[in-house]
Amino acid sequence: MALSLEEVRRIAGLARLRLSAEEERTFAEQLSAILDHVRQLEELDVSGVEPMTHALAAGEVPALRPDANRPGLPAEEALAQAPAREGTCFKVPRIIE
Amino acid sequence: MSGGEELTALSLREAGAGIAARALSSRDLVEAALARIAATDAKVGAFLEVGAERARAAAAQADQRAAKGERRSELDGVPLAVKDLFATKGVPTTAGSRILEGWRPPYDATVVERLEAAGAVLVGKLNMDEFAMGSSNENSAYRPCSNPWDLSRTPGGSSGGSAAAVAARQVHGTLGTDTGGSIRLPAAFCGVVGLKPTYGRVSRYGVVAFASSLDQVGPLARTVEDTALLLGRIAGHDPRDMTSSARPVDDYLARLEQGASGLRIGVPREWFQGGVDAGVEKSVRAALASYEKLGAKLVEISLPHTKYGIAAYYLIAPAEASSNLARYDGVRFGLRAEAKGLKEMYAETRERGFGAEPKRRIMLGTYALSAGYYDAYYLRAQKVRTLVRRDFDAAFEKCDVVAGPVAPTVAFPLGARTQDPLQMYLADVFTITCNLAALPGLSVPCGLEATSGMPVGLQLVGRPFDEATLLRAARALEREIGTLPAPAIGSV
Repeated sequence: MALSLEEVRRIAGLARLRLSAEEERTFAEQLSAILDHVRQLEELDVSGVEPMTHALAAGEVPALRPDANRPGLPAEEALAQAPAREGTCFKVPRIIE
Repeated sequence: MSGGEELTALSLREAGAGIAARALSSRDLVEAALARIAATDAKVGAFLEVGAERARAAAAQADQRAAKGERRSELDGVPLAVKDLFATKGVPTTAGSRILEGWRPPYDATVVERLEAAGAVLVGKLNMDEFAMGSSNENSAYRPCSNPWDLSRTPGGSSGGSAAAVAARQVHGTLGTDTGGSIRLPAAFCGVVGLKPTYGRVSRYGVVAFASSLDQVGPLARTVEDTALLLGRIAGHDPRDMTSSARPVDDYLARLEQGASGLRIGVPREWFQGGVDAGVEKSVRAALASYEKLGAKLVEISLPHTKYGIAAYYLIAPAEASSNLARYDGVRFGLRAEAKGLKEMYAETRERGFGAEPKRRIMLGTYALSAGYYDAYYLRAQKVRTLVRRDFDAAFEKCDVVAGPVAPTVAFPLGARTQDPLQMYLADVFTITCNLAALPGLSVPCGLEATSGMPVGLQLVGRPFDEATLLRAARALEREIGTLPAPAIGSV
């Protein structure tokens, strides 16, 4: 199954990646090869099979902790490595023109 | 052999016992490790960061504790290192990616806390494939890592630095992570012991996330006993990881020397079909013969969905990765590329910060989860995951452990598979089903392949939370065939 360049661009857009023209061509080819391989799964009859949605068997994990207030990461520490900040906020480029 | 080399040649257990007996100091061990790293790492490339001053300070404290008879554990004062995927408070943590260059986490991963609480001296952060995505360590954004047995070959990945550092005698043990084989494959390629515990046995808190339903933290060391010691220190429930199991932790040393007598070892026929190199098969068969000699019973079993493992994994893991890596957006930490608008900033930051492999997997995962494809790809893969688990459940009615090769080949040459991602993915064909089934898996050296002289790993897979039996079986083999000699590392 061949992925078109157009489709590669659409997926890159969804994934917030800006690919170079060369990357688009390479990925179209490589992702097509990988998808061909994963299509093997179509050989299997999975009707009536429950998906494995949890890696840990039920009962392995203790009950959820009580939903109580607990101290989190202090704001200064959380902001300390922000690429840009203003006061106690993370600063981002303009969203609305 | 100089005094330093005698120290770096010690196992973790011997190093710890030396400190306990006051025959050795942590300071000497740490200095020897730092000297060994300085002498070898330009060639090996196992480390991304060496924190000599921090390590010396920690060693001084460990020596004070030893002098007062207050050692915290058998690890106290012993130099270790961790994959650069683990958050270390105030110490750069890159996950092998440019997008995290210079980031200093505001907290420690639980496993880092536990090792330090046990007194271990962490000397640095280890090389790895970017975001743990890879089987050769060649996806590191920072530097290549070589196999200490043959510098022209890969150490395996993604925990390549974790295995290479142990094999090269730079430190006495390390931690890595394993999502599809990332501890077991490099352990096999570098001739060391590596254990991927059951999903949920070790906390993932503070471990940079790749595929959250598959990722698991585990130890690498030169001996089975050292591996058991490390697992005992890092395993156990952590309220900060809601997928961490509440089961009590076994005493992994208690049954270590019980031998293989009476063990039923399942040999899956699918693990010897198609593509296993003759030299690898020979070593693995010889190991199985040793088990028989030791009184174990070999049982032929079938894991019929083995061949679908790679396909299911390369839908599930990229899907989870595309979601986990959405957090790298240039807003709160890590790299930001300047751009006019917010969307442009996201795209530019991610374009510059991610290497080819994370991009490929983000693309694949985004595609598999996108409208119209979810049922055909992701949901079907999750159902196949159930089938893979059922294979093992059925096998464990007939046997106590499953045994076979870790990989179809020995370590391949650097550059051999970088142009063909699918070929690279196939290195994990025998390790990946263990992650899909959430089971514990271990790699133990079972000899050197005759033509290449490279190490071969035997893989053992066990029942959920039965790491103790894996370690016991691995120890029985190690006692029978011995540990591998130290690799020569070029002309070092």
